[in-house]
Amino acid sequence: MTEPVAGRIPQVAGELIATRRVGAYQHMTFVAPGIAELARPGQFVAFAVGGQTSANLLRRCFSIHRVSPSGTYGGTVEVVVAAKGPGTQWLAALRPHDGVDIVGPLGRAFPLPKEPVPCVLVGGGYGSAPLFWLATQLRERGCPVEMVLGAASEDRLFGVVEARRSAGAVTVTTDDGSVGTRGWVSDVLPEVIRRSGSAVVYGCGPMGMLESITRVAGAEGAVAQVAVEESMACGIGVCMTCVMPVTGNDGVTRMVRSCVEGPIFRGDRIRWESFESGWGRVPADAVGAPARGGH
Amino acid sequence: MATAPTTSSTRHTSARGDQHRLPAIDLSVQIGGRTLPNPLMTASGCAANGKELHRFFDVSQLGAFVTKSVMGGPRSGRGTPRMAETPSGMLNSIGLQGPGIHAFVKDDLRWLKSVGARAMVSIAGSSSGEYAEVAAVLRASDAFDAVVGVEVNISCPNVANRGLVFACDPLAAAKVIALVREKLPRDIPVLAKLSPDVTDIVEVARSCVKAGADGLVMINTLLGMVIDTDRLRPQLAGVTGGLSGPGIRPVAVRAIWQVHAAMLEGRLPTVPIVGVGGVRTGDDALQMVAAGASAVQVGTATFNDPRAPHRVLHELAHALATRGFPGIHDAIGIAHTRLDPQR
Ligand SMILES: Cc1cc2nc3c(=O)[nH]c(=O)nc-3n(C[C@H](O)[C@H](O)[C@H](O)COP(=O)(O)O)c2cc1C
Ligand code: FES
Repeated sequence: MTEPVAGRIPQVAGELIATRRVGAYQHMTFVAPGIAELARPGQFVAFAVGGQTSANLLRRCFSIHRVSPSGTYGGTVEVVVAAKGPGTQWLAALRPHDGVDIVGPLGRAFPLPKEPVPCVLVGGGYGSAPLFWLATQLRERGCPVEMVLGAASEDRLFGVVEARRSAGAVTVTTDDGSVGTRGWVSDVLPEVIRRSGSAVVYGCGPMGMLESITRVAGAEGAVAQVAVEESMACGIGVCMTCVMPVTGNDGVTRMVRSCVEGPIFRGDRIRWESFESGWGRVPADAVGAPARGGH
Repeated sequence: MATAPTTSSTRHTSARGDQHRLPAIDLSVQIGGRTLPNPLMTASGCAANGKELHRFFDVSQLGAFVTKSVMGGPRSGRGTPRMAETPSGMLNSIGLQGPGIHAFVKDDLRWLKSVGARAMVSIAGSSSGEYAEVAAVLRASDAFDAVVGVEVNISCPNVANRGLVFACDPLAAAKVIALVREKLPRDIPVLAKLSPDVTDIVEVARSCVKAGADGLVMINTLLGMVIDTDRLRPQLAGVTGGLSGPGIRPVAVRAIWQVHAAMLEGRLPTVPIVGVGGVRTGDDALQMVAAGASAVQVGTATFNDPRAPHRVLHELAHALATRGFPGIHDAIGIAHTRLDPQR
């Protein structure tokens, strides 16, 4: 972590200026002065939900879909919301001009390759949200970009049209075959990596998908950079709820906070075998792991 | 559906907005041999060790910065899920993840000192000996002059007594406090942090004060549990967890009230009480002060608003000033003097 500077992360009274249903999701644009200017692809914003006296205290975190630092009304930040609980439902139901407290940008951004190497960007469901902005930045550096978008069904895909604008080629998969290839992104990914000669695979989506992206990338000789989604209570590194086992440059595994050390990790650094049926276990060799029968 | 925003709501509320002056009342509080410039503190485990919150406000402006409970060695903490949202609060089971006291004093304590923060170091242990050892390492560290107090988190399982938490056992609690007190210079206050999950909190409080505690911190989380109804299993990997947030505030106010009342009645020596549990606003903090707290910590509310400790300080100061109090001291325990004599 770089040395903190007092007051450096903006916390702003955001204002919703546009909201639109896209399939199963809500695409929302907020005026959030100060955040857009600092944000980079892969970072996220944390919303307080339910207003000042809300009984839902925990922040809801969303990967930034896009920013416009110099919009007519000041910088804007866009997110894609899947309304699955009381907090996200409150957010998705906001009307234009409604206010919401936003903190960001938070977390580490996707690392960009130094050389103009080909890249594949893989998104599962609304996980594709940050990838279009990333694709634009990669192409500005001369990296050829392909995208793979997958979801359970057509209404759960996000940004297929935008993908065609942002990437050289787009492959779509759905579990039910309602559009694109029937199956998972990992079914088509080996061929996409080989065809494009990609050196980096960027992924964002559910944990199971990120694990398979990492496995396929490794088998094809590419590096996977994945954006994880662990449940977060604060988003700013103070609660320790969002941890996962990640191996550092020194070869040592630690339980690290995905909100500050992530959400982007090299896929091959995550201890995938620790995740099972919704549990994230502490590997026995992790720093400070409880001794067997101890604690 | 894009529409022009109303300018007033796009106002920037970053740290700069909070720098307005505190009202000219005496906010200083005395804890043991130390005087703190104001009564606001972070709550242990809700603010990490300072660097993260310093990105939102200057942590040296708080009366004290309370660090995450630290043990002898590094701890990975528990597996996930570690939390569940509850009505006006949350349940957590972190498992005291931390770097261990040696790394803590080298990195975190030095950093707190470098920004001029007053550190209230929270220590933990799984045996009374471990608490004492942690206190001794802290005492010997080169940044010890940044320490304004040691908060002893006695809500830890005692391995020597089949995992019964120290805070639920007045004798074990007293032993920990006495050992820690011995390891630290007299001018460093030792505060015992009590658990509300006891039959008689006054008894534990008395035991700790008699053992040398210079202050009491009330309350730690309440033991709770949430079932995930999709999977029909405990939502936390650790099964049970600690309940915190505004939902527990009445429990905290009650605990402070009972112990302060016991002090007024002479049932235990009078020491300062630090109130914690569900404080979100200055008004919440004022409830604790009126019930008998000399200082107040903000915990879970920080997850909702990263600047909450700093904001609550300003709100409390204004709440006191508006009510005509010349200083916080004049409001401590005032609710005890305002009972219906006919009750
Ligand atoms: C995520 C989390 C971690 C905590 N960790 C500690 C800890 O390490 N040591 C401790 O004494 N209390 C710990 N607590 C308890 C708080 O310091 C505080 O006593 C309690 O949460 C009630 O205050 P609140 O409602 O303002 O959060 C923790 C609380 C939470 C929510
Ligand atoms: S979400 Fe709180 S530490 Fe990461």
